[in-house]
Amino acid sequence: MKARAVALVALIVFGVLPWLGVSAPGVFEQPLDAPGTLNLLALCFVFGALALTYDLVFGYVGLLSFGHALYFATGTYVMAIALARWQWSVPQALALTALVAIVLPLVLGAICLRIRDIPFAMVTLAFAEAGSILVMQNPFGLTGGEDGIALPSGALPAPLVGVANTHNVYWIALAFLAITYALAWWAVNSPPGRVWQAIRENERRVGVLGLNPYLYKLGAFVFSAFLASTAGVVYLLLQGGANPQVATSGFTLTLLVMVVLGGVGTLWGAVLGGIAYEYLDFRLVALANEPTLQALPAVLRIPLSEPLFILGVLFIVLVLFVPGGLGGILRRRRAA
Amino acid sequence: MGTLALLLITGLGLGALYFLIAAGLSLIWGLMRVLNLAHGAFFTVASFAAWSATQALPQLSPTLHWWISLAVGALVGGLFAMATEVLLIRPLYVRHVGQVLVTVGLALASIALVQGIYGNDPKQLVLPDWMTGTVAVAGANVPNSRFVAIAVALTVLALLLYFLKRTRYGLIVRAGVENRSMVQALGIDVQRAFTLVFAIGGVAAGLAGVLAGAYYGSIDPVRGSSMLIFAFIVVVIGGLGSVTGSAIAAVLVGMLQQFLNYYGAPGVGDFAVVLLLAAVLLIRPGGLAGKTA
Repeated sequence: MKARAVALVALIVFGVLPWLGVSAPGVFEQPLDAPGTLNLLALCFVFGALALTYDLVFGYVGLLSFGHALYFATGTYVMAIALARWQWSVPQALALTALVAIVLPLVLGAICLRIRDIPFAMVTLAFAEAGSILVMQNPFGLTGGEDGIALPSGALPAPLVGVANTHNVYWIALAFLAITYALAWWAVNSPPGRVWQAIRENERRVGVLGLNPYLYKLGAFVFSAFLASTAGVVYLLLQGGANPQVATSGFTLTLLVMVVLGGVGTLWGAVLGGIAYEYLDFRLVALANEPTLQALPAVLRIPLSEPLFILGVLFIVLVLFVPGGLGGILRRRRAA
Repeated sequence: MGTLALLLITGLGLGALYFLIAAGLSLIWGLMRVLNLAHGAFFTVASFAAWSATQALPQLSPTLHWWISLAVGALVGGLFAMATEVLLIRPLYVRHVGQVLVTVGLALASIALVQGIYGNDPKQLVLPDWMTGTVAVAGANVPNSRFVAIAVALTVLALLLYFLKRTRYGLIVRAGVENRSMVQALGIDVQRAFTLVFAIGGVAAGLAGVLAGAYYGSIDPVRGSSMLIFAFIVVVIGGLGSVTGSAIAAVLVGMLQQFLNYYGAPGVGDFAVVLLLAAVLLIRPGGLAGKTA
């Protein structure tokens, strides 16, 4: 009950943030209502939601998928192609994206789920790589290869475009996070959600009880992939275009880092992990350009100016010494 | 005819590189059930260590430089892999997912570090003339580096098979792949075999890193990650834990990729490899060498 109150307060605080002229020195360089800060926060929300969708398959069903980025990229790219290349209207583009976002994970999931555990992880990675290759090869001039796709002006409704309207996109991202959280909470507490967790604990037992684990796993896979694709659409709104970075296998590994950072198998932990990761990634890039850092000797300067190095080491330390992630620390403190 | 020969030998050369990476992955998975995502980092770090070593050395003959590069690559790959096993994998002995996760962290961190130190630009290894030269085979000029890659991979395959089939440690590794708890119950220290298998995998990946530098003409920090993904595909197609299966699958994947990338559009071959993987999984979920469950 208390947790739900905290979530509600956080939602309200972040909701009214664009009207508060406050600043948080040290945390954000600009005032909190500046477009730059709002954009960063909105990105944090999208990645929080994305980490949440990954936690659904990884934390709740126990499926170690290395291909989750593929579905995020699907949302971004299908939407961007429909809007920019075919000049479709937003509802038409959304309908197509929704269709692809269901059919693709259904087909790929049906193949990948024939095997389990680590081989499953390898195969999902291979499919994600195929997606990445496809995006980079720029078939029929659709994906734009390395350049990605920039949405032309007029492709989106005017209130969603431009720096002056950042707060609108910010609210969409916040609402998206809240809705995704509610859907995920509903899903894991529904009867199928209980079966998911039972599969995570003991798949054979679920089979013996007369349920078909394969179908439940496929259901979870498609549900989570669909939500990831919607996150991709919101990401497209935020960025005003699609870039091939989100299709790479490295991006899936980043998702894994986010979820483990926050705590596997808790919804709010995953959200926290996604937000924390995106924030750290952004701030560490800024740190790399600090004059004080530039003055350090090379032995210290080079590792510290590589955000992924710091995050990678942080991640190893967390896995070795803090198995529950950030969520685990908070939970233990509450229990104590 | 000439094109065919060129594609065949280049495909074999690519297969050789895949095999060198996949052999270690397959053994590590077979024995320890660890999916080693840091294997691409072994590859990358070894290739850059080899480059640094030859830069630091005075002007010697290019041939000597090349052998030093290979030796440094193998040594650094092996040592890095051993350190990984002892420091990161061993503390997480019972947590399989945790083991995968630390290798993810290690891969991210070490590749970022390589990028920080060397930058993103490709670097050229010092190659002797006989490596960069070509040989006429059936009317095609085939670069010698392909033959060297194939020769090294065949040597590693022969040594690995000898080690696995003829030595006492090989016996322990094979028995461990079959049933690890039984080997432990018989009072044999499997831990040492773990370190050994990691070291072997690291040496092979390090060799692949340097050979890939000759094969592609340069080394860069990100090639290891993309090679790793195809090596995963090779491992799954070949059957997890089987070295011979990996060798066959590596040739198959390398050939398919070369031929379709040439006769189809660029990228078609890469795509077809993934489709092949899907097909193998649907028909034989255990891979080519695996038992059909």
